[in-house]
Amino acid sequence: MPASNAPFIRIDGVTKKFGDFTAVDNVSLDISRGELFALLGGSGCGKTTLLRVLAGFETPSVGKVSIDGQDMTGVPPYGRPVNMMFQSYALFPHMTVEANVGYGLKHETMTPAARRDRVKEMLALVQLSPLAGRKPHQLSGGQRQRVALARSLARQPKLLLLDEPLGALDKKLREHTQFEIANIQYKTGITFIVVTHDQEEAMTLASRVAVMDKGVIRQIGSPAEVYEYPNSSFVAGFIGSINMAEAEVREVASGHARIAVRQLAAELTVTMRENFSTGERAIFAVRPEKLAIARTRPDGAANVIPGTVQDFGYFGKDSLYRIKLDNGHILSVNTVNARRLGVGETAVTWEDRVFLTFEPGSAILLKAGT
Amino acid sequence: MTAPAHQGWFDRRGWRDFIIAAPYAWLVAFFLAPFVIVVAMSLARTATQSPPFAYLPQWPYVRLDSYGRLFTDTLYIRSYLVSIRNAAIATGLCLLIGYPMALGMTRVSRSTQRLLLMLVILPFWTSFLLRVYAWIGLMGTNSWFNRAATAIYNALVPADWAITSLHMMNTNFAVVLVMVYSYLPFMILPLYANLEKLDLNLNEAALDLGSRPWQVFKDVTLPLSVPGIIAGGLLVFIPASGELIIPSLVGNAADPMIGRVISDQFSIAQDWPMASAVAVALLVLLVVQTVLYSYFDARARAGAEQAP
Repeated sequence: MPASNAPFIRIDGVTKKFGDFTAVDNVSLDISRGELFALLGGSGCGKTTLLRVLAGFETPSVGKVSIDGQDMTGVPPYGRPVNMMFQSYALFPHMTVEANVGYGLKHETMTPAARRDRVKEMLALVQLSPLAGRKPHQLSGGQRQRVALARSLARQPKLLLLDEPLGALDKKLREHTQFEIANIQYKTGITFIVVTHDQEEAMTLASRVAVMDKGVIRQIGSPAEVYEYPNSSFVAGFIGSINMAEAEVREVASGHARIAVRQLAAELTVTMRENFSTGERAIFAVRPEKLAIARTRPDGAANVIPGTVQDFGYFGKDSLYRIKLDNGHILSVNTVNARRLGVGETAVTWEDRVFLTFEPGSAILLKAGT
Repeated sequence: MTAPAHQGWFDRRGWRDFIIAAPYAWLVAFFLAPFVIVVAMSLARTATQSPPFAYLPQWPYVRLDSYGRLFTDTLYIRSYLVSIRNAAIATGLCLLIGYPMALGMTRVSRSTQRLLLMLVILPFWTSFLLRVYAWIGLMGTNSWFNRAATAIYNALVPADWAITSLHMMNTNFAVVLVMVYSYLPFMILPLYANLEKLDLNLNEAALDLGSRPWQVFKDVTLPLSVPGIIAGGLLVFIPASGELIIPSLVGNAADPMIGRVISDQFSIAQDWPMASAVAVALLVLLVVQTVLYSYFDARARAGAEQAP
C-alpha cells in the first residue's frame, strides 16, 4: 500500500557511471501523477540515461527509483508499469500496425475481444484506424510516430517515457504533433516524461521542465519560471536567447541593486531575486524582448543604453535588431510589431541612433560563477 | 576538345558494359558450357573408345536410358535419399550450433567481433583435405577423441553394454560430423551478417512491452533472421548434398552419397552417360529448391508491399 503523500515518481539520489564517465550524477527528482514533465539538455547531459534508468534498461550505480510507491530496484523492463516511445520508434518491421500496437497486450490477461477493442481504441486515438493492416515501411514518418505512441500507450502504463518524440519530424508536423501529444496526455491522464534537446519543444509540451547539464539537474520549474527566472547563467543561456554581461554591485536598496556594467558602459538598476552586497561581482542578463527601442531618449526611464542599429531583420510579427553600443559591444533586441505603421512612418532601421530601455524587474541579476 | 576517335569505344559506357558482361561471360564459359556438355553426354551410350561414349548411329541419335535407370536402379534412389538426409542433418546441426555463435558474435564489442570473425574464417587457411585427414586421425579407434567419446559412452550406458572403442570411421555419423565441421562457417557468416544488422532498439522495445528475453528472441530476433537462416541453409545444404571428398574419405561404401556415385560412375565404371545423368538430376533437384525459395520470397515481399 503506497503512502498517499508519497510522490508518484521518486528518483532518489540516482548516479549512473559508465566506467570513469558519470552520465547521471546524484539526481533526485519527484514527479506527480498526471504530470507532463520534460528533461531538457544538450547531447551527453545524461537525460537519455536517466530515462533508460526509469525504463529499467540501465541499473543505477547508486540510488533508486520508485514508481507509485513501489521500489523499482531489480525490476526488469518487462516487469515495470512503464512504457517507452523510442526516438527511432523501434516499430517491429515484420508486423502490421495492428500487431505492433497489440504486441504489449499479448502478456496482459485479457480476452481476445478485449484485446482487439483496445487496439482499435488506440488506433482511433492516434487517428490511424484506416492503416491498421499496413507494415511500418509503408507509413510516413509522422504515421510511424503515431504508431509508436499508440503502441506505448496500449498497455496503459503508469508512466510513459518519450525519447525525443518530435526529433525525426519536419517543422510543420512537429507543431501539430506537439499539441496532439499534450492532448493525448490530457485525455489519458498518464504521467509523461519527455526527453528533449529542443527547448521550444520542452516549453510548449511540458508543465514542468528540468534543465540538465553534465549529469546534474540545474533547475526545475514551470516553463515560465525557467525562462523568466533562470537560476544560473547556464540555464539563462540554454533556454532562449539572452544578452549577458559581467557586472559589479554598487549600491543595494529596497530590493533593487544599482550595478555597473563595464561592457555596456552603463550604470543600471535591476530588481534582486537573491541577496547581493555592495562590491559583489554578478552577472547581468536581459532577454531581447524585454528591451524597448526608441529613436529619442525616453524621459524618466530607469535604464537607458544608447547605441546604433547595426543589423535588422523583419519577420512580420516581430523584428530582430542588433544594436552596436558606442564601445563596440552588441545587444540583441526583439520587438513585436503589434501596431501597423502609419503612412509615411518608418520603422527603426539600419544606422539609426537608438536608445534601449528596460524595466528594473525585467532584467536578471545572477551570482557570478553560476 | 574532343577525345581521339580510338578512345571513344572504351569510354565510361564501355567500362560499364564490360563490367556487366564479365560475370556473364564467366558463367557461360565455366557453368553453362560444361553443363551443356554434361547434358549431351547423359544422352549418349557407353562405348569402348576414348572418350568412352557414343551417340546412336541413326535418328534420334540420343537415348534417355540413363535417366530411366535413375528410377529403376535402387542404388541411385538410395544414394539420393542418403545425400539429402545427410545434408539435411548437417544443415540442421550447423544451424543449431551456428545460430547461437552468430548471435553471440553480435553482442560483443567491435574489436572482439573482428577477432571472432577471424577465428570463424581461420580454418579456411588450412587445406580442406588436410582437415578431413585430421578428422580421420581423430575418429580412429586409438585417438584421444575416440577414447574420450568411448569413456563418456561407457559412463552413460549399463556396464554390460560397455565397449572398447566407438566405431566412427566409415559411417554416416562420420560423414555428417565432418560435414558439420567443414560447412559451419558457411552457416555462421550469412547469419552473422543478418543478425548484426538488426536494431537492438527492437529488442528493448519488446522487453519494454512486457516480453521476457526468450519471448523477445521468438517474436523479434528469430523472425527477422529468417533471410539469414535461409541463406546459410542453402550455402550448407547445396554443397553438402553433392559432397564427394568427405563421404569418400570417411563414409561408408554401402550408403554412398550421390557425389561418390557420380565419381565412381565416371572413373571406375567408365559409364560417363550414367554419371552425367546422375549429375543433371542432382542439379535439377537443387535448382528447383532454390527457384521455389526465390519465388516464395519474392511473393512474400510483393505481398507485403501491396497490403492496403
